[in-house]
Amino acid sequence: MLRVEDLHVTRGRTKVLDGIDLTVETGEIATLIGANGAGKTTMLMALSGLLPVASGRLELNTPDGPLDIARTGPVDLVRAGIVHCPEGRQIFGRLTIEENLQLGAYLSDDRAGVARAVSGIYDRFPILGERRAMKAGNLSGGEQMMLAIGRALVAEPKLLLLDEPSLGLAPQITEEIFGFLEELNREQEVTMLIVEQNAMLALELADRAFVLETGRVVLNGTGKELLDDPAVYEAYLGVG
Amino acid sequence: MSDYLIQQIVNGLSLGSLYALVAIGFSLIYGVIRLVNFAHGDLLMIGAFMTFGLVASDLVPWAAIPLLVLAGGFLAGGLIERVAFRSISGAPMITGFIVTLSASVAIQNLALIFLGSQPRNFNFPEVFRMRLPIGGADVALIDLVIPAVTLLCALALTTFIRKTRAGIAIRAVAENPFAAQLMGISIGRLVFLVFAVGGALAALAGLFWSGKYGQINPLMGFLPGLKAFVATIIGGVGSLPGAIVGGYILGFSEIAFVGFLPPEYSGYRDAFVFGLLILILLVRPQGLFGEAEQERA
Repeated sequence: MLRVEDLHVTRGRTKVLDGIDLTVETGEIATLIGANGAGKTTMLMALSGLLPVASGRLELNTPDGPLDIARTGPVDLVRAGIVHCPEGRQIFGRLTIEENLQLGAYLSDDRAGVARAVSGIYDRFPILGERRAMKAGNLSGGEQMMLAIGRALVAEPKLLLLDEPSLGLAPQITEEIFGFLEELNREQEVTMLIVEQNAMLALELADRAFVLETGRVVLNGTGKELLDDPAVYEAYLGVG
Repeated sequence: MSDYLIQQIVNGLSLGSLYALVAIGFSLIYGVIRLVNFAHGDLLMIGAFMTFGLVASDLVPWAAIPLLVLAGGFLAGGLIERVAFRSISGAPMITGFIVTLSASVAIQNLALIFLGSQPRNFNFPEVFRMRLPIGGADVALIDLVIPAVTLLCALALTTFIRKTRAGIAIRAVAENPFAAQLMGISIGRLVFLVFAVGGALAALAGLFWSGKYGQINPLMGFLPGLKAFVATIIGGVGSLPGAIVGGYILGFSEIAFVGFLPPEYSGYRDAFVFGLLILILLVRPQGLFGEAEQERA
């Protein structure tokens, strides 16, 4: 699905990504973990075309053959199926819930298909359906997260990028969200790349995991392997 | 009601509509990219000269002239975006202000070179110069047409912003441009659209302005543009209803100032307009309909 080779990204004068190699296979959940400032968000921004790539190869497998992500604009990347659910949810608070979901499918001209996708989100999260005419800013944090994921899903992602889905949410709600992501992956085979501070949660969910440290991948393996790795345990999972 | 009062109300409605038509463009553009387009008033002048040219050439039936002026204003507004604004995209906002200011000076001077500095007189087709007796007052037909058409434009625009996919996208970009890009929204195309739509309405105001006052010149856009900007700020910059209401508040106050105070004060009408702005901003810095800047969660 996604192949990244020797990716370098600089922001201002700072090298943020310093030679990343990473692969995500179709149908997998992959996760990027690492401390603040390791470059996780930058990685997602580069994949959705919001930051220029200094060097390296970024390839998405599509039915029409491989797509060079670095040379494709953000609009065409959404069209190709790379959908980015950003950190902090970033729903449109002054727009209604319905309008937020409609915007997820901004590029689609199949209005009947969009209506089906939106009602699918309402079926899965009835609270959103009940409040569809309400301003999204009135929703609670957990509901906003559901809306943010719902908005990403109506775009029919091939590769869903999720940035810190657990940020600012109560543990119980985080579990519900992660349960939904797993269900989504199992039932609809959505490929995901999840950036997460809560490493334990992310590794339990992930088929494949990458540990980022100051712009480099220092460890990778299956979620289970990294969970059992004493070095990872000490750096990211240990208490105190 | 005395016929004098009726006359003043009609005058206020008519002038307020003209300010509102221009103010809508200011507010639309500001709402989407937080930029004040100082060349916006010059689109009124462009609309006026287009009307003048079309009426003088006698090439098209007069009923087609407003449509052509709307289309011309749409293109002229879009052209300002393409030439002046897009070339500096990514630059700090202060650069944007300077660029639109330069565009304004450039447009005015091009008009002076090619059209001459002499004011020109022209008369609207006979139908528009008709006068109607209303409650004893003798009202110019155009002063009724202006508010009616303005209302129609405001309704159409509001429906566009509220209901259509592009309208929802415009509101999304206004609130959060970063997230809007993640939806696959091309901000550049929407910026072009708001410049163009604002331009069309300003050009239409130019057509009405020339029909109402009967005289046009290359610098005529400056003061109405400035006052429409005041109307935008009174209403709350970035708010569409605010721009319309602000336009009418300004129009009515200006007419009341001129119409009900002794005539020797009427020369101070512009001082009065800007004084009113200062007063309103002292009480409500964000304007009447503006939202106080708030942090995002």
